[in-house]
Amino acid sequence: MARDGGFFKRLTKGLSKSREQLNEKLETVFAGKKEIDEELLEELEEILITSDIGFETTQELIETARKQLRRKDINNPESLKQSIKNQMVSLLKPREGRLPIDDLPIAPYVIFFAGVNGVGKTTTIGKLAKNLKARDKKVILAAADTFRAAATPQLALWGEKAGVDVIAHQDGSDPSAVVYDAIQSAQHRLADFVLVDTAGRLHTKKNLMEELKKMCRVADKVMPGAPHEKLLVLDATNGQNALMQAKQFHEAIGLTGLILTKLDSTAKGGVILQIAHEFDLPIYLIGVGEGAEDLQNFDAEAFVQAMF
Amino acid sequence: MFDTLTERLNTVFKKLKGQGKITEENVREAMRQIRLSLLEADVHYKVVKSFVATVQEKAIGVEVLSSITPGQQIVKIVHDELVELLGTRHTQLRLTGVPPYPVLLVGLQGSGKTTTIAKLAHMLKQGGKHRPYLVPADVQRPAAIDQLTALAKQIHAPCYPSKTSDNPVRIAEKAIQEATRAGCDVVLIDTAGRLQVDEPLMAELQKIKEAVNPSDILLVVDAMTGQEAVKVAEAFNERLDLGGVILTKLDGDARGGAALSIKAVIDRPIKFVGIGEKIEDFEPFHPDRMASRILGMGDVLTLVEKAQEAFDQKQVEKFEKKLKKNSFTLEDFRDQLQQIRKMGSLESIMSMIPGMQKLKGKQNLQLDEKELVKVEAIINSMTRKERLNHAIINGSRRKRIARGSGTTVQDVNNLIKRYVQAKKMMKRFSKMGKRKNFGKGSFPFPV
Ligand SMILES: Nc1nc2c(ncn2[C@@H]2O[C@H](COP(=O)(O)OP(=O)(O)OP(=O)(O)O)[C@@H](O)[C@H]2O)c(=O)[nH]1
Ligand SMILES: Nc1nc2c(ncn2[C@@H]2O[C@H](COP(=O)(O)OP(=O)(O)O)[C@@H](O)[C@H]2O)c(=O)[nH]1
Ligand SMILES: [Mg+2]
Ligand SMILES: [Mg+2]
Repeated sequence: MARDGGFFKRLTKGLSKSREQLNEKLETVFAGKKEIDEELLEELEEILITSDIGFETTQELIETARKQLRRKDINNPESLKQSIKNQMVSLLKPREGRLPIDDLPIAPYVIFFAGVNGVGKTTTIGKLAKNLKARDKKVILAAADTFRAAATPQLALWGEKAGVDVIAHQDGSDPSAVVYDAIQSAQHRLADFVLVDTAGRLHTKKNLMEELKKMCRVADKVMPGAPHEKLLVLDATNGQNALMQAKQFHEAIGLTGLILTKLDSTAKGGVILQIAHEFDLPIYLIGVGEGAEDLQNFDAEAFVQAMF
Repeated sequence: MFDTLTERLNTVFKKLKGQGKITEENVREAMRQIRLSLLEADVHYKVVKSFVATVQEKAIGVEVLSSITPGQQIVKIVHDELVELLGTRHTQLRLTGVPPYPVLLVGLQGSGKTTTIAKLAHMLKQGGKHRPYLVPADVQRPAAIDQLTALAKQIHAPCYPSKTSDNPVRIAEKAIQEATRAGCDVVLIDTAGRLQVDEPLMAELQKIKEAVNPSDILLVVDAMTGQEAVKVAEAFNERLDLGGVILTKLDGDARGGAALSIKAVIDRPIKFVGIGEKIEDFEPFHPDRMASRILGMGDVLTLVEKAQEAFDQKQVEKFEKKLKKNSFTLEDFRDQLQQIRKMGSLESIMSMIPGMQKLKGKQNLQLDEKELVKVEAIINSMTRKERLNHAIINGSRRKRIARGSGTTVQDVNNLIKRYVQAKKMMKRFSKMGKRKNFGKGSFPFPV
């Protein structure tokens, strides 16, 4: 195939057409259309799948639209577009969540940040710390990633930027011990929040998932009921694997919420629709950049709007 | 969640038993399944479309060999095409011209560039072949310089003392001079992660390229990347004319369709893969393994190789003989489990076995360390006769074994079920271990 060039030729042709189309939004594809035909539905399928929504969910969205079409509930491209958007919003709306920042049920409120490697856990903690500090909260960061090279100085720099204390041990030490120390000193210092940075780990690694469970148990030992939040950080540039991540982390530690990062990229993070469908977990925050200010509440309408 | 393609095609072709030729009609449903499977693996929508069209064209009219089923035949065609597209041979790092050879690593945030620099350096150092020099030119991410400096220390390689206040282009230029002075021959330059749409940062990369004239430029991509991979690869390639790609985090269960998408749109070789967080978790890229993985058929060859490393050769031969005669007993099963533990975490091994992804969720295949202790206790409570022939273990024997090992009859049942499964599976991959290349006609995957 590479030999005769057939595949590449076809592909290049396809992509040069799609190069514009890849960046094209639902709006533009639908703009010139007067009626709903198979071609339009196929273009819709392409837009949805290239947003990482996944094959199954895409089919479900389109199938529902087809039903509405047959019932004449929708009859033009504009209403088809609206139908897809509405379906997405109604999937995501119930998942909008807010951390109880100003009405903490208990203090210190201990929040774990978990996730696979490189998704943005540490950065999210840095941003949130800055945010909380600006709202006059007393925050302590726990450098419980004792594995990755320079994970502690990375968090320490964020701590400095935010003006909050960081509890850290030596590289390679037991992360549970850091959790223990951090909660204890937060109790002594009457802190409002303990944000626990954990090492990135693939959900398929049994021993690392056990380590994470142990960290939860230790937190509960120092302060019964802790951690109060166990958040999974997901990277919007990830595809279908994010679903496996959610599944395995939830099974291991019982998540209480989600964070979706890197939404400033051109990736749409559509897999979150599937996750919202399968797990009753609030989506608390989204990351939209590397700066301290690039953290936002998750808003279903805004998210869907940005997707297209 | 991911059904294996083979299982799906099996269903499709059940209806078609006895047909001698692949026709346009009977191939259509198969193509639908292939499309679905590739999309689930995160291969880009457009790439899937072209790929399926090509495969369909090739498949129609093909005689179905009498020894296999149409389903097998189609998977073979798909697999061969995938391997061909992914690149048939391994491509080395490009080190040409006058040393020191600068090598630039680029990519999105968190894709694994810094870690990969250390892995590359470690690999180059092996056997005293090269003297790598590491250069932290990421002044964006907090403590990125510390990160690379710490890694350099771990592998005893010199590292340029960058400061966050320095300009990355200047760092790269000066580092080359330093490397020359230090007598190093490869200069590995770590850059800050950036979005391909970040104009100033992309321009900065171009300036670094102009300043040091790299011998090789590699795009580091996370194996979990979704549909976005195409845009990222296109943009970085357009800007920098990449020499190749490194795929990281393949130690997880991502199907890694991004590899195919990228190869298809920029046609640059995937040179290496990252398979863990440790320095030595790094390998040359194997297109045939990647093809199996994208199709959801498991990373069987990697598994076989790992097994070969962990087992000494004599034992492997003994084991293979047993498998061939299908005389793999519960006693062997116990020994194997102990051997397997030497290969790494059970979870990662299981994830490499075809069909395991799906089975993993099921209770009877969840193997954890505690379980192993139980397994040993159960097998130890059997008589030798029982261990050599599990078929004689009836109800009352099961009760006795459960009592003896402090477990339940349910546990004993599970173990026997698992053993029978393993026996089947071991038989399957022992067959494949002998065929390094999927030569024409030698179809390794039973459909
Ligand atoms: N563009 C963009 N980059 C981000 C965002 N969040 C984090 N990053 C970047 O992604 C990279 C990885 O972020 P980290 O916070 O170190 O991720 P982590 O999950 O702690 O990584 P490990 O601890 O190594 O597993 C860094 O370069 C961050 O600057 C985001 O919302 N947008
Ligand atoms: N499991 C796994 N983790 C990896 C691999 N390569 C890198 N990482 C991890 O991914 C995270 C980000 O890596 P880093 O090198 O800092 O990425 P960079 O931002 O591109 O420089 C770190 O936690 C690394 O330990 C790999 O092949 N497998
Ligand atoms: Mg981190
Ligand atoms: Mg880095």
